Amino acid sequence: MNWKKSFIPLVNPLSKDNPVIVQILGICSALAVTAKMEPAVVMTISVTAVLAFANVIISLMRKTIPSSIRIIVQLVVVAALVVIVDQVLKAYNYEVSKALSVFIGLIITNCIIMGRLEAFALNNRPWPAFLDGIGNGLGYGIILIIVSFFRELLGSGTIFGFQIFPDFWYKAGYMNNGLMILPPMALIVVACIIWVHRAINKDLQEK
Amino acid sequence: MNRQSNTYTIIYSTVLVVLVGVVLSVVYQALRPKQVENIQNDTRRQILAAALITPSEGQDIATLWQEHITASYIVNDKGEKIDASQDPFDVKVDQEVKKAPDQRLLPVFECNTDKGMKYILPVYGAGLWGPIWGYIAFDNNGDTIYGAYFAHQGETPGLGAEIEKPAFQKQFEGKDVFSTDGQFQSVKVVKNGQEPATGAWVHAISGGTITSQGVQKMLLNSLEPYSAFLAALKSDNK
Repeated sequence: MNWKKSFIPLVNPLSKDNPVIVQILGICSALAVTAKMEPAVVMTISVTAVLAFANVIISLMRKTIPSSIRIIVQLVVVAALVVIVDQVLKAYNYEVSKALSVFIGLIITNCIIMGRLEAFALNNRPWPAFLDGIGNGLGYGIILIIVSFFRELLGSGTIFGFQIFPDFWYKAGYMNNGLMILPPMALIVVACIIWVHRAINKDLQEK
Repeated sequence: MNRQSNTYTIIYSTVLVVLVGVVLSVVYQALRPKQVENIQNDTRRQILAAALITPSEGQDIATLWQEHITASYIVNDKGEKIDASQDPFDVKVDQEVKKAPDQRLLPVFECNTDKGMKYILPVYGAGLWGPIWGYIAFDNNGDTIYGAYFAHQGETPGLGAEIEKPAFQKQFEGKDVFSTDGQFQSVKVVKNGQEPATGAWVHAISGGTITSQGVQKMLLNSLEPYSAFLAALKSDNK
C-alpha cells in the first residue's frame, strides 16, 4: 500500500466527503456553539479527540463485539470518552466548559460519531480508523470554525474576543449585526458554504 | 467461541461496563481537586465582581482574593458575629435563605477597595426558570450599595438573562436600602412609568418581568435579615 492511499481516510473528509456540508451530519451542534470562535475551537478539539479514540477503541474491539449489542457497546465507549473530556475541561478550562455547558455532553448524540463507528471503525484496522476519526473531526471543525469566524466577526465585531473593527467605524454609525448571534444565521452560513463548495466541486451537484 | 451466544453477550457487556466504570471513577478522583478549586475561584470572582473588582487578563483570582478580602465572618439576624466552626465561604446560601430569619447563618465578606472598606453580602432567590443569585457590596455606612453582581442558571437569553449584564447591575450603585427615617426598605425593581415616589428603585428588564420580580424578592428576603448588621454599621460610621 503506498502512503498516499493510506491517508485517504484523513484527507477525504476535509472536503470531498465532509461530514457537515456533504453528508449533512452534526448540524445541530454547528448551530449551537458557533456564536464565538473559542467555543467552536474547543468543540472541534473535543469532537476530534472523542471520535479518534472511539474509532481506535471500537476498531480494536471489532472482532470481539457481539453484533446484537454493537450499538450499545459503541454508545458506552463514546459516552465514557465524552465524560472524560467533560471532566478534563472542567478541571483545566472552566470558563469554556461553562460556555459549552450541555453541548459537551451532547457530543454523544452527534451523528458523525456513531456514523463513523458504524461505517468505518467496525470494518477497519486501528490505524486507518484513527486517521478517519481525525479526518472527520477536523472536517467537522473546519466548518465550525468558518461559521463561527463570520458569526463572531459580523455579530460581535471581534475574533477570539479581540476587537477587529476600529472604534471610529462604530462612531460613524456601523452596528454589529445582532441577527448573526442567533442560531438561524448559522444555518444560513452553512448553506452558503455548501453553495460555494458545490460550485467548486461540480461532481457533488445533484442532477 | 460463539460470539452470538447469550452467555458471551452477557459476559461481554458486564466486563465492558465494569471496566468503563473503573476508568471513569479513576478520572473523576484524579481531577476532583482541580475542579473544586475552579468552582471556588469562580465563586470568588463573583464575590469580587460585586465590589467592582474584575481580574485583568491572566490575573490569579486566589491572589486577588487574598489582596482584597481582609476578613470574613458569619453574623445572625441581630447583627452579632457568631462563632461558627464553618468557613463563611462554605455557607450554602441557597439552604440558608429557606430558613426563618433568626435561624440563618449570614456570611459577610469585608473587602478592601481603593474606595474604602466594602461589605459584601450574598443573596439567593428564584427567577423564572431556575435559581438566581448574586452579591451586593455595601459602603461602610451600611446603607448605600457600592456594587451589585447577579447571575442565573437558565433565564431566557435577551430577557431575564439580562440581569447578568452591567446595564442592569450598574443601576444599583448608589442606592440606599434604608429609608430616611431608618426603616429597612430594600431596593424595588419596577417597570417604566411605575416608579414609586419614595424609596430606592431600579428599572426592571422589559420582557423579563418574572425574573425582575424574582430579583426584588431575592433582595428583600436575603438582605432583610442583615438589616440589624447594616444598621449597626451605619451608627458605627456616622
